[in-house]
Amino acid sequence: MEITALLEIVDVSRHFDDFVALDKVSLRIEAGEFFTLLGPSGCGKTTLLRLLAGFDQPDGGDILLDDKSIISAPPEQRPLHTIFQNYALFPHMTVAENIGFPLRMAGCAKKDIQARVSEALENVRLPDKARHYPDALSGGQKQRIAIARALVNRPRLLLLDEPLSALDAKLREQMQIELINLQKDIGITFIYVTHDQGEALALSHRIAVMDQGRIVQVDVPERLYGFPNSRFVADFIGKCNLLEGNVREQQGNSVTVELDGLGPVHVCRSETKCVAGSRCALTLRPEKIRIAANVSPTEDESHFSGSVHDMLYLGDVTVYIVALSNGLLLEALLANSASGRTNFFEVGDSVEVAWSCDAGHLVLE
Amino acid sequence: MQGKAWYKYLLSLPPMAYLLIFFAAPTFIMLFASFRYAGEYGGLAPWYLHEGGRLTLDLTLENWQRLLETDIYLRLFLRSIGYAVATTLLCMVMGYPLALMIARSGRKHRDLLLLLVILPFWSNFLVRIYAWMIIFSPAGALTRMINGALELLGMGSVTLMYSPTAMLVCLVYVHLPFMVLPLYANLEKHDLDLLDAAQDLGAGKWRRFWLITWPLSLPGITAGSILVFIPVLGMFAIPDLLGGTNGIMIGNVIKQQFMESRDWPFGSVLSMVLTVTAVAVVLLGSRLGARREGR
Ligand SMILES: Nc1ncnc2c1ncn2[C@@H]1O[C@H](COP(=O)(O)OP(=O)(O)OP(=O)(O)O)[C@@H](O)[C@H]1O
Ligand SMILES: [Mg+2]
Repeated sequence: MEITALLEIVDVSRHFDDFVALDKVSLRIEAGEFFTLLGPSGCGKTTLLRLLAGFDQPDGGDILLDDKSIISAPPEQRPLHTIFQNYALFPHMTVAENIGFPLRMAGCAKKDIQARVSEALENVRLPDKARHYPDALSGGQKQRIAIARALVNRPRLLLLDEPLSALDAKLREQMQIELINLQKDIGITFIYVTHDQGEALALSHRIAVMDQGRIVQVDVPERLYGFPNSRFVADFIGKCNLLEGNVREQQGNSVTVELDGLGPVHVCRSETKCVAGSRCALTLRPEKIRIAANVSPTEDESHFSGSVHDMLYLGDVTVYIVALSNGLLLEALLANSASGRTNFFEVGDSVEVAWSCDAGHLVLE
Repeated sequence: MQGKAWYKYLLSLPPMAYLLIFFAAPTFIMLFASFRYAGEYGGLAPWYLHEGGRLTLDLTLENWQRLLETDIYLRLFLRSIGYAVATTLLCMVMGYPLALMIARSGRKHRDLLLLLVILPFWSNFLVRIYAWMIIFSPAGALTRMINGALELLGMGSVTLMYSPTAMLVCLVYVHLPFMVLPLYANLEKHDLDLLDAAQDLGAGKWRRFWLITWPLSLPGITAGSILVFIPVLGMFAIPDLLGGTNGIMIGNVIKQQFMESRDWPFGSVLSMVLTVTAVAVVLLGSRLGARREGR
C-alpha cells in the first residue's frame, strides 16, 4: 500500500493563449518535506505556486490535498499560506496586528490571538517588535515577520516564492539556516521556489527541476547533483563539464564511451542504461577532475593532456580552464589548501588532467 | 549636496512670494478691515483720525459684535457647513466606487475613464449651472417626467428649481471630480499583492476591502474631502442661481456685504470666520488622516 502524499499535483497544465506555461506537471509532496521547485527564470515556478495557492486556475489536471481536490476552493479557504517575494506586510498594521491577521480571519478570541502572536514573535526572535510598523523594519526582519504571519495559524503547507532574493548575500545565508531550523522545528511542509541552485541544494529535502513548464527531474539534492538525468539538469545544477560522445560498448554497469575527438574512456558503476551506438554525454564535475603537471594516473583513471587556458582565483579554490588537445575546454578545481601557495599553474602551462572511472555520469538526453 | 541647498530655496521663492502676496497679505488686510468702520459710500473709512493735530486710531469691535448679536449668521454658517458635509459625503459615496473601478481597470480603459471624469471641466462652470437650471425648470423634461409619474400614482407635484435637492444635486455634480481624482491617485498606487496576501490569509471579499483597501485609502479620502468641503463651504454661485430664498449660504451673504450692502468691514468679519473654519477643517482632516495611517 502506498502512503498518501500530503499534496498531489496531477497532470496540471496552464496555458496563456498559445504559450504553455505548465505542461502536465505531476508531483507528490509528502508531509513534513522541504520541497523545492528549481528552474531558470520563466520556467513556470510562480505560475505553479499561484495555482496551488488558488490565485489562478489550471486549464487541466487536479490538485489534491490530503486526497481531496482543492481546485474549486478559493484562496481564503485553502489551508496553505504564501510568502510573497516583497513580503506583502500590511503597512497600516503593526507587526502584532499583521501576525494576528490570519487568526482574526479565523475568528479566534482576542486573548488567544495575543498569546499566539507573542509566541510567533518569539519563534522568529523578534519579541520586541510587536508595536512597530513594517516600514520601521529591516529587510530580514520583514521577512521573518512575513514568515511568522504565515505560520501562526499552522497551515498544512507553506509556499515560498523566492523569499530571500531581495536580501544581500550574507543575510540570505543566515536566513537559509533559519528557514531550515524553523521548518525542522515546526514540521510544516514547505514548497520553496528559487532559481538559485545553490540555495536549493542547501535547503531542500527534495528538489524538482523545471524547464519550460515541465518537470525534468525530481530527486534528493545529492542524487540531483551526482546523477542528473539530462544535459539540462547537469548543466543547471552546479558547474559541470559535458563531454559528448558515443556509447561504444556496455557490459552491465561498465561502459566504454568514445568521446568526440578524445578517444575511448571507461565509465564504471554507471547508473545509466545505455545502448551501444547511442549518443551520450559524460558529465564531469570540476572538483572530480585531478589536475597536475604530471598526473601519473592509476589503472582505473582516464587522463588527457592540455594547457591552462584561463584561471579564476576564488579564494578558497582556483578554477582552471584547461584546453584539451581537441580544443575542448574543461573546468577543474584545485583547493587552495597549501598555505602561502595558491597559483600552482600559470596560463599557458602544459598540464595533465585525470578522473577515475566512477567520477563521471552518463546522460543520454 | 550642501552647495545645492540655496538652489532649492531659489526654486521655492516664486511660489512663496505668490502665496505671500495673494494669500497671506490679503488675509491680514481682511483681518484689519474687520476692525475698521465702513466708508460713507462703501469701501472703508480711514483707520486714523486727525484730532487737533494728533493722529488717533479709529478702530472698532462693532463689526464682530454684530456677528454675535443675532443667530442669523450662526444659522447661515451651520447651513453652509451642513451643505458642505452633505456634498462631501455624497461625493464620497458616489466617487469611491468610481475611483476604485477606474484604478482597477486595465491600463487602456483607465486613461479614457479619467478623461471622462474631467470632461465637464472643458465647459464653463456657469454654463453648466445654467444647463442644470434648464433641467430643473418647471417646464424642463426632468420635472415634467417626475410630476407625470407622481400624477399617475395620485400624488401631488414637486418643484425642483430653487429646492435644497436641486442645490445638492448641482453641488455634487460640480465637485465630484475633486473627490474622484485624489481618491484615484491613492487607490491606483495600492500594492495589489496586499490583497492577495489578505486573501491567502483567509480574508473574504468584504474583509479585504474594509481591512486593507479602505484604511489604506484614508489619505485619499481626506484629500478629496478637503477639496470638496472647502469650496462648497464658500460657494455662492450655485445657491445664487439655484437655491432660491431658502438656499442662501454664507458665501452669498459675504458677496452681498461687499457688493450690495457695501459694508466691507462686516464682509471681512464673515470672511475671516469662513477662512478660519476652512483652515480648522483642513487641520482636523490631516490630523485624522495621519492618525488613521498609524503614525
Ligand atoms: N498572466 C500571464 N499572462 C501571460 N503569460 C504569463 C502570465 N503569467 C506568466 N506568464 C508567462 O509564463 C511563463 C512562466 O512564468 P512564471 O512567472 O511562472 O516564471 P517563473 O518560473 O516564476 O520565473 P521567475 O524565476 O523569473 O520568477 C513566463 O514566460 C511568463 O511570461
Ligand atoms: Mg517567479
